[in-house]
Amino acid sequence: MTEMHLARGELDKEDIRLGFGKGLLEAGKRHENVVALCADLTESTRMNLFADAFPERFIQVGVAEQNLVTVGSGLAAMGKIPFVSSYAAFSPGRNWEQIRTTICLNDQPVKIAGSHAGISVGADGATHQMLEDIALMRALPNMVVLAPADSVEAAKATLAMATDERPNYIRLTREATPVITTDNTPFAIGKAFIFRPGSDVTIVSTGTMTYQAMAAAQMLAKDYIRAEVIHAPTIKPLDSDMILDSAARTRLVVTAEEAQINGGLGGAVAELLSEQLPTPLVRVGVRDRFGESGKPEELLKHFGLTHNHIAMAAHHLLMNHRHQRTG
Amino acid sequence: MGKVPRQLKTAELEKIANDIRMDVIKMLEHAGSGHSAGPLGLADIFTALYFKILKHDPGNPDWDERDILVLSSGHCVPVRYATMAHAGYFDKKELISLRQFGTRLQGHPERLRLPGMETTSGPLGSGLSQACGMALGLRMNKAQHRWVYVVMSDGELDEGNSWEAAMLASKYKLNNLVAIIDRNNIQIEGPTEIVMPLEDLSAKWESFGWHVLEIDGNDIEAVIDACAMAKAIVERPVAIVAHTIPGKGVDFMEYDFHWHGAPPNHEQAVKALKELRTLGGKIRSEHQ
Ligand SMILES: [Mg+2]
Repeated sequence: MTEMHLARGELDKEDIRLGFGKGLLEAGKRHENVVALCADLTESTRMNLFADAFPERFIQVGVAEQNLVTVGSGLAAMGKIPFVSSYAAFSPGRNWEQIRTTICLNDQPVKIAGSHAGISVGADGATHQMLEDIALMRALPNMVVLAPADSVEAAKATLAMATDERPNYIRLTREATPVITTDNTPFAIGKAFIFRPGSDVTIVSTGTMTYQAMAAAQMLAKDYIRAEVIHAPTIKPLDSDMILDSAARTRLVVTAEEAQINGGLGGAVAELLSEQLPTPLVRVGVRDRFGESGKPEELLKHFGLTHNHIAMAAHHLLMNHRHQRTG
Repeated sequence: MGKVPRQLKTAELEKIANDIRMDVIKMLEHAGSGHSAGPLGLADIFTALYFKILKHDPGNPDWDERDILVLSSGHCVPVRYATMAHAGYFDKKELISLRQFGTRLQGHPERLRLPGMETTSGPLGSGLSQACGMALGLRMNKAQHRWVYVVMSDGELDEGNSWEAAMLASKYKLNNLVAIIDRNNIQIEGPTEIVMPLEDLSAKWESFGWHVLEIDGNDIEAVIDACAMAKAIVERPVAIVAHTIPGKGVDFMEYDFHWHGAPPNHEQAVKALKELRTLGGKIRSEHQ
């Protein structure tokens, strides 16, 4: 289904943050203890859908991200499920220690939504293109890290967060992104999913890059390379079994993310494979650089974050390790 | 509401505060590290809170009608541990485990380790904002009869997070929130007015929309009275600027910022305990 849509270029587009907004609104309807806090970016993070529906359950903290998460921690201590949103560059960018101490070590189920993550933020430039959020959140004990592929999955992830008892971080992007999942696509925190089965190379992708990974797999298919695409919307805890199983079959792995590979999904997969199943690996992502202003498409190209780059990475692996596969 | 005696006279409360100070000295000496000045200066405030002001039940720390006490300046936790033990949360014998491997009495407090410890703290400036969240949560839960008290240091008012919270409490008129500011005029590297001046402190809080009470924080009755008065202020949150003497009760520690982050050695502990036991020589002089 997805593949056919991709081929005909018929995919609807919607921004992932809108999926979060819709999911939060639904979570608010289903769970009375869900509350929301924002740091002066209610509309930008699409939290306005919840704030308009439940004004008495919405707290506007102003431009104060340290307060955002710590007030959230206090609300959680009183039995609330607080969703707190801002731009990822500011939350968790600015308030990491507060998240560490008052949410993770304190083990309060605060739900942190970081919007405008990734390079595709575009014109705002490097200050606002958050690329280190996965690494920051992944390093924290107790924290769950999510990066949905599209708005439909973002809504599901947000609903799942509302009943998860742990601290959660969800990574959201600004740009309209192709919708590649449907209401029926399975989602569960902690699970990765095979979006396309294959046997020659594994592509593990997260967030917006799963669309690119699917497109890359189509390109590779034209060269008779069967790529398996594993979508990992949960970066922590990583679905190790799924990735190890696939790597054991294909013996070659590419990762893809719109974030720093250092400490990101690429880092996570590299740690997993090198400890448990050493496997040739190429990580597609941002390589220890900051972003800059530009149109999303030209930035993705410039920073090597397109389906072409993923396909090239797969070719590179197949070229260099073919002897291992045929031998 | 538990087994904490409520009808204690002031002299009895002062005796408890003095015993807490002695425990603090013993704990710190045994630990060989930790903070002396703040906990000694706060003994009267913690005694007033646990033995008079707070609605709580040491036998049921999670009692859903309890008031909440947030300790924002986590480094002062030895005084809270000692007071909790005196109030009946756990055996006083456990106090000596402070900062030891496997203890519930971590160097800085952790909620998950010790029942009755409402939050994990240590990094400064985040207690008031958590207390704001709690006060908001109680309001949303229609439980505004429950009070949230936060004890914070003056040094942590250097932190922007403290003032972010001060603005929010004022915006949302959190009238079930009381901030007790331990105004002991010192922080780790020196007097507050040299490290980073805070004055005019009361004017700052007033300008942020708080009702401010200034008291002698080493006067137990004054602490009790101020917290009672705070309950009558319904239109704004209340800040109690509690002037305390750092190292209170131990002559060679009082007012000296070098004791902010240092424990007594054995010799100093013996000297301090003797002074506390005789209430600064008062008891002996009465007998002489
Ligand atoms: Mg001080």
